[in-house]
Amino acid sequence: MKTRWKLSPYLYILPALALLVAFRLVPIVMSFVISFFEWTLHGSGSFLGLSNYTKLFNDSVFWQSMMNTVWLVLFVVPCSLVFSLIFAVLLNQIKALRGLFRTVYFLPFVTSMVAVSIVWKIIFNEQTGLANKLISIFGISSQKWLAEARGIFDIFFSGFGIQLPSWAGGPSQALFAIIIMTVWKSLGYNTIIYLAGLQNIAKDYYEAAEIDGAGKFKQFFKITLPLVSPTTYYVLMMTTIVTFQAFSQVFLMTGPPKGGPLGSTNLIVYYIFQKGFDAQEMGYASAAALILFIVILGLTIIQKHLEKHVTY
Amino acid sequence: MNEKLRKTIIYLALIACGLFMIVPFIWMISTALMSQAEFNKGEAIFIPKENYNIIKNSSPEQKVIVVRTMGDSSLVHFLDADGKITKEYIKVETKSIKNINKRISIHWDNFIKVFKKVPFARYFANTLYVSFLSLLGVLVTSAFAAYAFSRMVFRGRDMIFLLFISMVMVPEPIYIITSYLLLDKLAWLDTYRGLIIPWWVNVFTVFLFRQHFKSLPKELFDAASIDGCSTFSMLTKIILPLSKPVIATASVFSIIGSWNSFMWPLVMTTKEELRLLQVGLSYFNAEASAQTTLLMAASTFSIVPILILFFLAQKQIIESTAKTGLKD
Repeated sequence: MKTRWKLSPYLYILPALALLVAFRLVPIVMSFVISFFEWTLHGSGSFLGLSNYTKLFNDSVFWQSMMNTVWLVLFVVPCSLVFSLIFAVLLNQIKALRGLFRTVYFLPFVTSMVAVSIVWKIIFNEQTGLANKLISIFGISSQKWLAEARGIFDIFFSGFGIQLPSWAGGPSQALFAIIIMTVWKSLGYNTIIYLAGLQNIAKDYYEAAEIDGAGKFKQFFKITLPLVSPTTYYVLMMTTIVTFQAFSQVFLMTGPPKGGPLGSTNLIVYYIFQKGFDAQEMGYASAAALILFIVILGLTIIQKHLEKHVTY
Repeated sequence: MNEKLRKTIIYLALIACGLFMIVPFIWMISTALMSQAEFNKGEAIFIPKENYNIIKNSSPEQKVIVVRTMGDSSLVHFLDADGKITKEYIKVETKSIKNINKRISIHWDNFIKVFKKVPFARYFANTLYVSFLSLLGVLVTSAFAAYAFSRMVFRGRDMIFLLFISMVMVPEPIYIITSYLLLDKLAWLDTYRGLIIPWWVNVFTVFLFRQHFKSLPKELFDAASIDGCSTFSMLTKIILPLSKPVIATASVFSIIGSWNSFMWPLVMTTKEELRLLQVGLSYFNAEASAQTTLLMAASTFSIVPILILFFLAQKQIIESTAKTGLKD
């Protein structure tokens, strides 16, 4: 069919497009614009050029929140991918009760981050929480969890009498508690995606491998892992993007002051929130938001690029 | 390896994983049903049990703690139903004290206490209202847009579709500050409008509808257009009646999304009467952080509607989630 100018297609698209432009595109462009201004709740101030950005690069709290977020992503993404793949491979081996297990695994994904953050905050309570009860079964002494600012590597090695330099301490135990909770929240979605990916692999490959005498582990590494790699890239990308945006965990599980102890659970989105709404430095907060956007966009591009070269 | 043994190991591993996923929920519900005093003692973990003494034949049952026993008489503290001490050092006959060993006691009253402290019913109604109106808008705008994208040819179509898709990639924290400024300019802060209308566009739903509309057979449309069916009645009389399952799926996702959304309503409202459930819950978390059992009761209350929806629609939810990961 020849492309013609007709009115009706545009009329059908108009409601969605108008809303998308007004409530997504305009705010996104605006946040780019105001990141060059001193902007408060009461309107624009003076044009600052790049000085919001230079101020940001000299702000140690910004760097700390960035570093914490990177730790979160570095722990959550690999853990979530490995565990969800294991869950999916196990689920794929059974028929009876598969639906029940799928449902149970998926539960955390549909429940609200706010409610489950509250539940996990109480799980990690030093005196009454479930986490300490559980580790005491294995003879591990009570931990402070969300109240502990010391790094987990530091805690681990000092148990063997080794003193690590302060830069090698790793994420705080408080952030580690958030990592555990975030992995738990993300597992169900990733497992379901992986299960669909596994079911997409033709049975013939396994039958051929069986005839050739390849064991289950060899089959997993030589067939499953390579053939499921498109799913791996999708899951990797989604989990990374979502984890960079973690907010409710900090808002509900930590503090007072939120992001504590000693700023060790302050994540970049909470930093943006605090600068934008508590301190009302909206131009400055927008500059931080834009840096987050560039980081996420950059990672997406890198992952897309890798995907083209590595997947089968 | 022996097949039976292999299966057993797989099931054991799956059960272990399942426990990790579900134990937080079980703990939430069991804590929501305990008395605070009992929770603080930390003896009962999953089953709300109590271990205490009572005075025999007392009505209502008088709970006590024994301080000291001196032969025939004992010194006790009287407790109220929650385990708080009401009277100290009362002398009673030792014979009249009876030990109740780990009796299951379910405190439904925690839920009543939560409702007395915080207007959760109001928050619940607000959330229902906002979720429902957002859903209506999303269905209308998405059906229209998807119809044009899937069944019409026009200049700029692919460009506009690309704009839609690229907006999915932009995370909410990027535009939340300027959205706040925009809503401020529109005088939509602290209004239902501000919670609903900006969410009347949902790219995921447009995408879902477009996929489905594309899959409908072309002959259907040719026949209809020969019969003189207008483009609008083609949508309402032919496409939408054939799209009930996909509309149901999109609706479930939209409701879950609005129900669980937090940052937007947190920022855009300050009035208590406009609070949504998640925002109300977060305020309650800040105010009542020591009242663990009440917090758990409030969390349970906020999760249950979504759990019911999930159990009713789990097949659609899980299957269409699975599809999002597959390349088409």
